[in-house]
Amino acid sequence: MLKSKDLLGLLHTDAQEITEILDKAAHLKTFLCGKSKCGDSLKGSTLITLFYENSTRTRTSFELAGKYLGANEVNISASSSSVQKGETLIDTGKTLDAMKIDYIAMRHPMSGAPYLLAKNVKASVLNAGDGMNEHPTQALLDMFTLREHFGTLKGLKVAILGDIKHSRVAKSNLFGLSKMGAEVWFYAPATLMPKDIDKLGAHVARSMEEAIDGADGVMGLRIQLERQQGGLFPSLSEYSKFYGVKDAMLKYASKDAIILHPGPVNRGIELTPSLIDGQTSRIEEQVTNGVAVRMAILTLLKEYRENNL
Amino acid sequence: MKLLIKNGTVVFPDGTKKCDILTENGKITRIADKINENCDTINAQGKHVFPGLIDMHVHLREPGFEGKEDIESGSKAAVAGGFTQVCCMPNTNPVCDNAVVVTYIKHRAAEVNLCKVNPIGSITRGEKGEELSDIGKMAAAGAVALSDDGKSVMDSKIMCLAMQYANDFNLICLAHCEDANLVDGGVVNEGKNSTLTGLKGSIRATEDIMIAREICLSESLSIPVHICHVSTYSGVQLIREAKARGVKVTAESCPHYFSLTDDIITNFDTNTKVNPPVREEVDRLAVIKGLKDGTIDCIVTDHAPHSLKDKQVEYNLAAFGISGIETSFALSYTKLVKTGILTLAELADRMSAAPARVLHLDGGEIKEGGTADLTIADLNEKYVIDSSKFISKGKNTPFNGTEVYGKINYTIVGGEVKYSNN
Repeated sequence: MLKSKDLLGLLHTDAQEITEILDKAAHLKTFLCGKSKCGDSLKGSTLITLFYENSTRTRTSFELAGKYLGANEVNISASSSSVQKGETLIDTGKTLDAMKIDYIAMRHPMSGAPYLLAKNVKASVLNAGDGMNEHPTQALLDMFTLREHFGTLKGLKVAILGDIKHSRVAKSNLFGLSKMGAEVWFYAPATLMPKDIDKLGAHVARSMEEAIDGADGVMGLRIQLERQQGGLFPSLSEYSKFYGVKDAMLKYASKDAIILHPGPVNRGIELTPSLIDGQTSRIEEQVTNGVAVRMAILTLLKEYRENNL
Repeated sequence: MKLLIKNGTVVFPDGTKKCDILTENGKITRIADKINENCDTINAQGKHVFPGLIDMHVHLREPGFEGKEDIESGSKAAVAGGFTQVCCMPNTNPVCDNAVVVTYIKHRAAEVNLCKVNPIGSITRGEKGEELSDIGKMAAAGAVALSDDGKSVMDSKIMCLAMQYANDFNLICLAHCEDANLVDGGVVNEGKNSTLTGLKGSIRATEDIMIAREICLSESLSIPVHICHVSTYSGVQLIREAKARGVKVTAESCPHYFSLTDDIITNFDTNTKVNPPVREEVDRLAVIKGLKDGTIDCIVTDHAPHSLKDKQVEYNLAAFGISGIETSFALSYTKLVKTGILTLAELADRMSAAPARVLHLDGGEIKEGGTADLTIADLNEKYVIDSSKFISKGKNTPFNGTEVYGKINYTIVGGEVKYSNN
């Protein structure tokens, strides 16, 4: 049983809730992959995807998760919404609430925005990524993928490489994996490493070898090309040379290690094409797992709503 | 017109003493153990009498932003907070960069007739940092200082010229210290909590670099400068070292910097958003130490009232600022005196005498012949801060629900009771 009406981040989600989500996702994935009916447990409910930033995979994944469970589904993107007319987030939320909707999956460029929305609506808010804060469903699908491969998360070492500072994926993985007993190692240029991240439980590596040494999961993060213009690194080729993961690096990892990436990938920048497409890559599997995990969260939030609201 | 204040414990620069105070026609005419006079009398038995509190850094928002505050509501809030004088920052609309706006503010304040309102003119026209405001004309109209508060004058040459020119008119520049490039959109202190929340942080150097520059200018020119709302431990140290070698630098800090750390930002409450941001425990302790040893001369509020719509938005979009004028005295007393760090005489210095010294204002001390600006408070009265009861239009405070000691009972300006909570 989840403990709140919303899924805003993994900072405030405990190990028991995470386990419940992953277990439920494993169950739902069997239906999803078997192409049998996933059930219609969300029939009569309405899911809104409210996206203030562009997204293809996360948005589609939420949409399909809702549809596979029988929910009505409506998309709102910032360009077509009243944001353009200057409506506040609270007013937008209250308007949607008044249409008797049940779930809002929101992506927003500003950290903390889902907290503001959740406080002001009766609907359940699912954070689909907020600023540099969290992206809990992505981390849950990463954790699902790791658990599926290794059977457990306890005792795993996960290396996350790249733009940690601006990555809500890295943050949610840190919070979630730490709670499940895994070790999280970060490696990035100093300009892309958030201050005091070690105080939040992360291991900060001094070299890529140290980060990957014995790692069970190796995750590359997308580098936003505009970061170069911000002066955070000198050039894309230099970034790739020093901070991109090369095939040879895998010799430091554990023998069963898998490659992860939240997508979309800059091929040859953060990961080499052979790593992306190789045997050890789970990047496509992550996408499938994303649908299962989001279905699981919707199902569990529905149970919460039936019991508590 | 006479007013007698009997049986109070009076706070003098060298300590407290139980005595009576008689005021006549706006002046203190007698201070003695026992005064008997047949006139209006306040029985201050069990209460403390302070020199009228002076807040040299407030935003009254008029003209231009009357939805947030105006001179009337701000003055009412000021006297309720125990302040007999305030100095209001020029980031209004239009900016107070000319004699007309200075005159308007003084005129409105006279109509409201509560506390004294001293306008601060902008250093540069429109606070754009490019060319000097009408400094001489503003001085003649009654501006008491200059500031581009809200931002630094980034061009060092302009700041240098402004300090020199203003000094001829006996005006000091009050420097908001923030490197406009380095801040880079930061909204909180950079550290564990900015990382935890994903809110963009700015490092201490953003503030310290400009503090250091103002010290360098002051030292080179041998002209005084005043550093606004110091929030970093390293900034306190820069000022301490400069003072030690004789630089004419003075400084201020605010209750939120000695009461809070950035642990309060983690729930994204926009009432915690302030510029400079509240920082870490090491900074909070350094501000307290600076207030104790005199490195930081003054306690100010940086009273920055905002309407609900300015704050009920995403953290990044929310306005910076705390409505602080009604909580400053109680927080200062509770956090600094009740904890045994400052004496009452030192508190009176930081909240009254020091700002009067920095800006050459009339006031700051209780003495015969002095202006009868007095603040009477009950230091034993405990209460919980309730922003819904604020007189200010700005209800934006991170201190809602905080238990404090020290209730303002009377605020007396020029011998007239301008506020009483009885």
